[in-house]
Formats: sequence, structure tokens, C-alpha cells
Amino acid sequence: MSTEFRSNVAHALKQDAVQTHLRTVVDRLRAHRQGALSDDAAFEQLRNRCEAIRADAIRRLPDLLEQFESNAQRNGIQVHWAETTLQANQIVLGIMQQHRATFLVKGKSMVSEEMGVNAFLQSHGIDCLETDLGEFIVQLADEKPAHIIVPAIHKKRREIARLIHGHFPGLPYNEDIETLAQSVRHFMRDKFRAAPVGLTGVNFMVAETGTLCLVENEGNGRLCSTLPPVHIAVTGIEKVIARLDDLPPLLNLLTRSATGQPITAYVNMINSPRRPDDKDGPDEVHLILLDNGRSRIAGDPELLETLHCIRCGACINHCPVYRQIGGHAYGTVIPGPIGAILEPQKQGFNAAAGELPQASTLCGACAEVCPVRIPIPAIINRLRWESVRKNQQSQNSRPVVPGAGSGRKPLEALIWKIWAWCCTHPGIYNRLTKLATRLRNRLPADMGVWTAVRKAPKPAQATLHEHLRTMNIDHE
Amino acid sequence: MNNRVVSEKPQAVYFYGTCLIDLFYPQAGIGAIELLRREGVSVIYPQSQTCCGQPAWNSGYRDEALAVARRQLALFPRPIPLVIPSASCAGMMKMHYPALFRDQSDEATALNVAGRVYELTAFLVDVLDIRLTDLGDPVSVVVHTSCSARRELGVGDKLHTLLRQLHNVEILEPENSAECCGFGGTFAVKQPEISAAMALDKAATVRATGAQRLVSQDCGCLMNIGDVIEKQNQVMPRQHIAELLWERTKN
Amino acid sequence: MNDARKTILDRLRLAHCPDSTPVKCDDQNDPVDSVLGSDERIDCFINRMRAVRTEVHDASHDSWLDILHGVCQARSLNNLLVSPHTRWGAMIYAEIRRFPALKDYSQTIEDWKPELFTAVDAAVTGAYGGIAETGTVILWPDAHEPRAMSLVPPIHVVLLEKSRIYNSLTEAMRIQNWTLTGMPSNVILLSGPSKSADIEQTMTYGVHGPKELIVILM
Repeated sequence: MSTEFRSNVAHALKQDAVQTHLRTVVDRLRAHRQGALSDDAAFEQLRNRCEAIRADAIRRLPDLLEQFESNAQRNGIQVHWAETTLQANQIVLGIMQQHRATFLVKGKSMVSEEMGVNAFLQSHGIDCLETDLGEFIVQLADEKPAHIIVPAIHKKRREIARLIHGHFPGLPYNEDIETLAQSVRHFMRDKFRAAPVGLTGVNFMVAETGTLCLVENEGNGRLCSTLPPVHIAVTGIEKVIARLDDLPPLLNLLTRSATGQPITAYVNMINSPRRPDDKDGPDEVHLILLDNGRSRIAGDPELLETLHCIRCGACINHCPVYRQIGGHAYGTVIPGPIGAILEPQKQGFNAAAGELPQASTLCGACAEVCPVRIPIPAIINRLRWESVRKNQQSQNSRPVVPGAGSGRKPLEALIWKIWAWCCTHPGIYNRLTKLATRLRNRLPADMGVWTAVRKAPKPAQATLHEHLRTMNIDHE
Repeated sequence: MNNRVVSEKPQAVYFYGTCLIDLFYPQAGIGAIELLRREGVSVIYPQSQTCCGQPAWNSGYRDEALAVARRQLALFPRPIPLVIPSASCAGMMKMHYPALFRDQSDEATALNVAGRVYELTAFLVDVLDIRLTDLGDPVSVVVHTSCSARRELGVGDKLHTLLRQLHNVEILEPENSAECCGFGGTFAVKQPEISAAMALDKAATVRATGAQRLVSQDCGCLMNIGDVIEKQNQVMPRQHIAELLWERTKN
Repeated sequence: MNDARKTILDRLRLAHCPDSTPVKCDDQNDPVDSVLGSDERIDCFINRMRAVRTEVHDASHDSWLDILHGVCQARSLNNLLVSPHTRWGAMIYAEIRRFPALKDYSQTIEDWKPELFTAVDAAVTGAYGGIAETGTVILWPDAHEPRAMSLVPPIHVVLLEKSRIYNSLTEAMRIQNWTLTGMPSNVILLSGPSKSADIEQTMTYGVHGPKELIVILM
């Protein structure tokens, strides 16, 4: 059965060079994280604490959002709420139009990707320039990010050199990474200087102080939020934390899990727009709080742990499936294990992303590295059930994800029924397994993709049940 | 992790063979039972056992999983350990039965059974403190630790503890050893392309060790990796750890 | 979008009504807090900062001006952006002839953006504190030392008193009482110069922010 996801996968697996490169980079990211975890016991303590911080924040989400809003507003930040990505885009557009702005500079933001703000504004004659090096490369290639932390993870330097050379034909072709980065720096400087509006994401919102916290290495996020007269920050409602004291452990865990750094070059804590005494900083700071399904997810005691995510990307880096297929095959803004649980919940099982819970061997590598211990395999299991569940009224829990049950295929359901019947009737089960052993040399050798790379599995000459009947074993 | 629940060596245990071993690797089950009996533990093998229900549970077919699992529960009434030569199936019973049976009338029975489940290698090491004498010829084995043993049950190291007692066995680790082999039960059916790519990678690292045999505590992984290696016309016999241990230590 | 606000909050409330007590955790202390002695703390700070490509000078109240002078000479700086209104700035301005042309950020950014972008070689600011655990300086921009000073010029020199180096960010926040005293519009934690590993996970420096970060301890 071919699906959008499976054809994406087939396409991705054919790209040998991309695959080899992807594995090299993913392995490097894993090594970086491993290098940052010198003290296991301390790290586990840190995880305990951060897990509790996120659980607490999501449990008290409405209260904390109101507390955050009132503190941020008191500081002069304009807070906007958007139920859908369309609403969020319209708010951005409104601000742009109010300032007669036709151009904005953008810092890296996954929520802005979720909104599709670039395309939306483009259709209204407004240009968005990605300023993060990786995002800029992806924008030049007219692609989507392949990773939430390393957007251009799939690109080799030669390809990047060609892209940059194509964009700045005046510059000599060069594959040196430093030269490439400096070319981009040079180009961007003028843009930062002239931009009327800067747009960024947010890593954490602190309810207690109304602070927006942004984490980055390049400085483009600071430039976007400092130089233009208007700063627009976009974020999901789940990014709130209760206290300023919650920030240090989360920062520590976030950067170490993501790239193995003890801290990023910049932690940018924005409290207000320019105050009367200030000589720089934006005159207006707008924060757009996007829901887009999050409040629905928060209504389910199992699924809400999805919202604990701090977007470090560790699960992506450690996922064997991601390592094979890369980010684009998922066809979603967020790839990897976290994407495989978050995107179907947002988009529903009828969407292409509805198949993503199948993109897992349940090997548990994601849960093992998740800094806030999101039980990703358990949520995958839950979503697989939601996708094929029936008799929705008879269950005491109502379906939370749109399209629940739509993944149920009659033939598959029938196979499981037959399987269950056999396994609940030992006599039948034993006769069937015995039959399989007797036909062991006559079973089909071609079993599709399985046998394209493997020999067909061959039953033993006799089952264990049979062997043990002849041994001196108590069969009770 | 020490998964020991019972305080002393039990006189008898239930043995759960698993459907995969029943049909494809009976020697693994026989080896495990022989090892247990040599340690003075009598083994009860309920003949009505079929499958733990994991394939349906992992596919979202909870009603079917529940029906099958319920049928197994009834087979283990006595308060003695239940030993399973597979971390995957042991993980299903130990870690997932509680969720599967939540709010069911037989939830208490399920919790009771789950609490008595041992993965074989963990049982041999933690409960029996087994001592082995290697009687075999020198051999090199490459070890694949299953994800269920490594991450779900935290007993991945038991395999090594056992193998290290065999002086003529050279233990080799494949590169990237913690990576999943790509079997994933129904995953191999639902996403066969990704599964195949992962299996090829795993087989390549396993082959690169140059080992004479492939050993694991889980037959699902053995089948997946071993069948790739066979397809490549390479000779590297695969063995469940129980079969290897029994073969090399029996008189 | 008041409707959206109400809808979102109502939906969350509906889901959350029964249980909104805070989640407790036993590990309340910052577990990686290692409380170091003063010398160890400074050593740790210096090592961590150097590990992220920061030039650190272990100077004193007597020698820091000489060090700064040396930094300017080594780079043949033509000018230096520094405020005359801070304690350290006043001391630099007092020896104005030793240094390259001194500039003050005396007007709002709009009034001199082109110059700031193209004609400032380096900026000197004070620091509000330092963090040993991560190798970080805390910047607390104000009217005299605005945000762009640590962001736009290619070289940034930070003056930091050793007595203001804390073990951890948590400790700095608590001792300096950030929540009660109130923070400026923008607080910056700075750990090294601008960098990126976006191309093949290979680190390169000076991508958008300053290319060099120099810390002079006193």
C-alpha cells in the first residue's frame, strides 16, 4: 500500500550521497551530546527537575499564560492570541501593514515554519529573509528545514558553496566554510540595518517576569530583536514556564541535549520594548501566542506530555529511522520521533502525517535521550491505537485526535481478528504452527521488500511445543 | 539494573517460549530449559501458551491484544517466576500488561503476572547467579543486544556477563551497537523499506567484526539480521544466547 | 483577537480544572551547582570562556588599563566605542591619549546607524556578572551601554570584576535578585563570540555577532 509517507521514504532512501552525509552529521551530533554528559547522576537529577518544571507548566498552562500575559503587558509587550496559523499570519500581516513594511528579517523559529509565514507574507507582497545561516541556505535552495536545530543538515558544503555562489555571483566560488559564513555575514549586515521589522521564535516564556528567552549561537536572533523598530516574536502556548528560577536548569539541559554545548553563545532575555532612557531596541515588541491544536492536546492526560517538549532535537539525532530517511521524508515541520507524535495530533489521522506513528521501531532511543523524559514510544502506541480504534462511544475516553479510527482498514482488521482467534485457541494455534513446520520447504521465497534484502524465514523442523512433549517437562 | 524480585532461588519456574521461538528457534527454548534444569530449577511449560499479544498491542489493535494476553494470564497461577527467553516478549508482559489491562476486571492478575516476569539472561545472572564452564572450541561471536533488553528492561549487560564466563569465546561488538536492527515487529511489515535499510546497515556492522557467529537474547533481531547475512551468501550462524550457552557447557 | 484568547483559555481550563496544583520535584537544587572556592571559580570561568574561543586576561584593578591598551595596539584599532559615564569608562577617558579615538554611544541608534555599522572597530562594556559553570558574562545594558554595543561592532571587550563571578546562573539570579530589582529591557548572557555549526556541523566564528570576544578580569 503506497502512501505519501512511503513514497517520500523511497525517494529519500535512493539518495545515497545525502544518506551517507546525513549519517555522518547525525553521528557527530550524538557524539557531541555524549561528550557533554560527564556526570550521569547529576544529569539524571537535572532531568528530574526539568521534567517536573515542564509537567508543572503544562498542568497550570491557563493560569501561567494569564500570569505571563499580564506581566508582559505591564512591561510593554503587546500580546496577541491566535487559535490557528491563519490567525497568527494575519496578526503578523496586520502589524506589517500598520508600519507600511514590505520586508522583514527572520531569526530561526519552528513556529514560524508551522505558520508558513514566509509564503503567506509573500502572497501579500512582503519579503521574509531567513538570517540564520542554516535557514538561509535552506531558503536559497527553496526547501524546508530538514532538522529543527540544524536546518541544512542534509546539505554538503559543496552544494552550499554552489547555492551561495549562485546567489552572489560577484563572489568567487569558494568551499571554505569560514569564507562561506563571512559572505553571508557581509550580505546580511545591510539587511539588518535596513529592516523595519524583525521576527523571531521564543524558547521559553517566564510567567513570573513576563520575559521572553531566546537561545542562539549566531547573533542573528539578537540582531532581529534589537535593531528593527518592531520585533515580532511567535511561539506556541506551551512554551511558558512558571519562574525565572526554572530557566537555568532548562537552558542547561536544552543546549547539552541539542548540541552538547554547556550553553549557547547567546541567551537573549527580552523584557520590554525600548524604554524612555534606552538608546536602542525596538519601539514595539509583539508576541503572538499560537494554539493550533495545542489546547486540544492538553486535554488528554497521556498525550499532553507531548507538550513538555523543549525542542532540543535529541530524539531526532538518536532516531534510527530519522538517520535513514532524513527530515524531509516526514513531510512535516517537525521531523523525527517528536514530529511523529506531535504532527498527527495537530493535523489528525486523515492527513498525510497521520501515518507517522508507524515511522518507529519502538526501539526507545528517543525516550532514552529525551531531556524531559517524554514517553514517546508509549505515545506512539497510544496514537496507533487511536488511529485504528472503533466503537468510540464505548470507550470511556473520547478521541482527542481528529480522524480517530480512520486508519482502520477492513482487511488488516480482519487479519488481526483471525490472528487473535488462533492465539486464543491453542489447539488451532498448535495445528497451524505444526503445519508451517511441515511445509517449511514449500513456503514462498518471495515476500516483497522483506526478501529483497533477506532470505525468507524458514520454520524449524518441529515446534518447541512438539519438542517439549517428548522431553520430561511438566506441562501443568 | 538488578531486576530481582524473588529473594532466593526458586524451586520451579514457568517457562514462556514465545511464538517466534516456538516456530523458528525451538533450540533456543530447549537450551534455556536445560540450563534452568541443570541449576536445579524445575520447569513448567504450559502447553496452551501461544503469543504474548505484543504484535497487536504495538499495532493499535488493543482488543485483540487483550484477548490473547488474557488467555496467557490464566496459564501462570502459581506464585513462581515466569522466565522468558526474549526481552521483547518479557518487556510486553512486564512493562505493557499493566497498561493493557488497566481498568479491566483481571487487572490485579495481570499486575501479579507482570511482577513475576523475568527475561532469561537476567534470571540466570541475577537470580541463579549461574556459573558456567566453557567446554567448547575457541569461537568469536558478535553480540547484538536487543533494544528491549538494552532500553526497555535495562538488562542488556546480562548477555555479556554470561558470555564472559566462557573462556573460549571472544566477544565482539559491532560499531554503533546501540542502534536498532530495524525489525520492530509489525514495523518490518508496515514500513518495509526503512526496515530493510536499517537491517542492511546492521548486518554490515555485524559482518565487519569478522565474527564466526551472531548472538542475541532476542530471536526477532536474530532473524532480521541473520536473514540479511544469509541473503548476502555469507556464513555466520546465528544463535540465541541460551542455545549457545547450553551447547558449550553441556557434558 | 480576544475571541481566540477566550477560546484557548476556556479549552485549557476545561481540560485542567481538576488538578492545578504545582508539580513538586525533590531535586530542587541546581544539581550541577558545584560550589567552588573563589580561586577555583575564577579558574573555571577562565577555562570555560577560553574553551569557547574567548580571549581572557587575568588582570587587576591596577593593570587592566594597560591590558586594554595592549588589546587595542595588537589589533591596530582606530577607535573604541566606550561610555564616559561608567566607572571604568571614566578611567579610560581619563587616559584618553593612550587609546584609539574614543566614541560614546550618546544618541539613539537611529541617529548614527550607518556609522555604528561601518565605522566602529570595537566596543568596551562592563559586565553585570560572570558565571563560572558555563563560562558566561552577564550583560545588563542601560542608557550608557546600549544593547547594540555588544552586538554590532566586530570586537567586543568586556570588563568584569572577579568578585562578581558566580558559580551558576541560578546563583547569580538569586544573589543579584533579578526578580525583585527588575531587569532591563534586555539581559544578555554571553558565552563566546558569534558562531555557527550549520554547515556540516563544523564550527565557524563571527557569523552575525562579534567575531572576537575579549574579557578583562580585574
